[in-house]
Amino acid sequence: MSKAVLMQGNWACVEGALYAGMRFYSGYPITPSTEIAELSAQKLPLYGGKFIQMEDEISGIAAAIGASISGTKSMTATSGPGFSLKQENIGYAAMTEVPLVIVNVMRVGPSTGLPTASSQADIMQARFGSHGDYPIIAVSPNSVTETFTLTVRAFNLAEKYRTPVMFLTDETIGHAREPIVLPKPGELPIYDRVQPADGEEYMPFRVEPGEIVPRMPAYGRGFRYNMSGLFHTETGFPSNSPENAQAQIDRMFAKIYDNVDDIVTYEEFELDDAELVFVTYGSTSRSVIPAIKSLRKQGYKVGMFRAITLWPSPAKQIEALAERVKHIVVAEMNRGQYLQEVARLVKGKVPVTHIGRANSEILLPSEIEALAKEVLS
Amino acid sequence: MRSSQLVEKYFRTKNLPHIWCPGCSLGIATRSLVVAIDELGLDKNKTVIVSGIGCSSRAVGYLDFNTIHTTHGRALAFATGVKLANPELHVIVISGDGDASAIGGNHLIHAARRNIDLTLLIFNNNIYGMTGGQFSPTTPHAALGTTAPFGVVEQPFDLVKLAEGAGATYVARGTAFHVNPLVKYYKNAIEHKGFSMVETICICPTYYGRQNKSGTAVQMMHWLKDSFVLNTAYDKMPEEKRQGKHVYGEFVKKDLPEYVEEYVGIIERLKGEEDA
Repeated sequence: MSKAVLMQGNWACVEGALYAGMRFYSGYPITPSTEIAELSAQKLPLYGGKFIQMEDEISGIAAAIGASISGTKSMTATSGPGFSLKQENIGYAAMTEVPLVIVNVMRVGPSTGLPTASSQADIMQARFGSHGDYPIIAVSPNSVTETFTLTVRAFNLAEKYRTPVMFLTDETIGHAREPIVLPKPGELPIYDRVQPADGEEYMPFRVEPGEIVPRMPAYGRGFRYNMSGLFHTETGFPSNSPENAQAQIDRMFAKIYDNVDDIVTYEEFELDDAELVFVTYGSTSRSVIPAIKSLRKQGYKVGMFRAITLWPSPAKQIEALAERVKHIVVAEMNRGQYLQEVARLVKGKVPVTHIGRANSEILLPSEIEALAKEVLS
Repeated sequence: MRSSQLVEKYFRTKNLPHIWCPGCSLGIATRSLVVAIDELGLDKNKTVIVSGIGCSSRAVGYLDFNTIHTTHGRALAFATGVKLANPELHVIVISGDGDASAIGGNHLIHAARRNIDLTLLIFNNNIYGMTGGQFSPTTPHAALGTTAPFGVVEQPFDLVKLAEGAGATYVARGTAFHVNPLVKYYKNAIEHKGFSMVETICICPTYYGRQNKSGTAVQMMHWLKDSFVLNTAYDKMPEEKRQGKHVYGEFVKKDLPEYVEEYVGIIERLKGEEDA
């Protein structure tokens, strides 16, 4: 058996990224994500990869997109204000369908907020932060080990669906130190973007039969094509046609929403006979689990549904929960963000309560337990 | 090479005609670039041209290379990732005065400071053309813009001095009239190891010329011809003759460690230490 090592979440993120094949990192220092940049700077050259500290958050993501276009798996990481600054280029990556992992180690906002403290208040920004209509994938880990495995998965999803993927961790998980057994090479699947074969007749934004997204050749291989944030036809060149814009946006949404079953992952805990279910994600689930264990000992039928993929949301699963439980409580470190998505899916079939705050104090198991008792009484 | 052959070889002819206004000089600048590329014999497959947003940035759609039309002001930052991830690519950036020195000004000074092997061509028409004639950081003091209806209150950037001060290791300025030296500067910039910047003074008869009563496109070209003097000649001119004159020429040519080479050197050194 491999030996467990002690590691903080931010380091596990870099280890997972390297495992997935990240060979380029660009970013700008910001608390509480900086360890991701530091470890990338240390490790990437050892793998023949490149690290660059850019002049600001905007160029931090721009360089990563450029590197991905040239054929290299790339990542950038940030927190709070930096995530806001990156939004325009997140839309560019979505529009040009460039694989990229964007880590947001969430901290308390708005504005500079509480820079060293944890929150989960960028959930809606992760979904809707850039202008215009676009789909996105967002995932959120709840442990150091899962930070590693989910980073690998984030890269796989980015490559498979040619999309930016949001990796939403937070200060709690990012700085928590936990034992982790690092997977061996080959233990986890690795997915690389599909490229056209040499000499193949190539149409840059056409989906080949049986495939999900257009093939994406690295620059320099001889497929001289155009990338543009303008609406473009299959040729990659701009078009003002409403029919073309409709077809392009429909395809961008379909590649994600037609494959929800492949993209969405979640964890169920004590759900079988549960009357009250906590819907939660990320670090908050670490407070929910002991609360459930304690409540179960006292005879309360409570369980947890933890979304690991936040966007697209586990809609089918949450809708099914609404059919079989008596009460749903959304637990998250904000004033009610994922609550909006859960309430939208539950459609008033059962009461939905919220427990959360964003003042830097994490939710305690005792508070969660007390709320459950109040709701069930 | 004749123009028709250049078009055939380097342009995406299906995308022509271009969207630029009659009398615009962006076509001259773009042609000068492909002449330079042709004379240098660059491999189209190994050449990447990156642009931002604006009139000048639309050039990439017409050029048959690996091309990236990015977000406003950010072309240099995207290009930095392309070059560092794959150093065998020649990376050329086309930008306008607003794109490069207003919204993208931070990337300009830092790419220059970093001395990364990119060539930045700023097609400077002294105005925001795509949005219809607002003043830019290079619009002359007191000139008119739609957002400066009583004259620009600010002082303009001297892009050559800006790039030099920020650490660019090759800096030149040409004009859309003086085409032969312009091609030479483009060639020297592309061949230069390190960050190179060439400012090309362009004319915008539609959105700059009309409101500033600069005359027709031909008259504006005459203005380029009459008012721009080669820097070496300018240096010898007596003070009274320098009035109203502007300079073009090569201003900086120096060797300093280049970013990508330095970084790759670190990778190789670490590999050596591992093997030892």
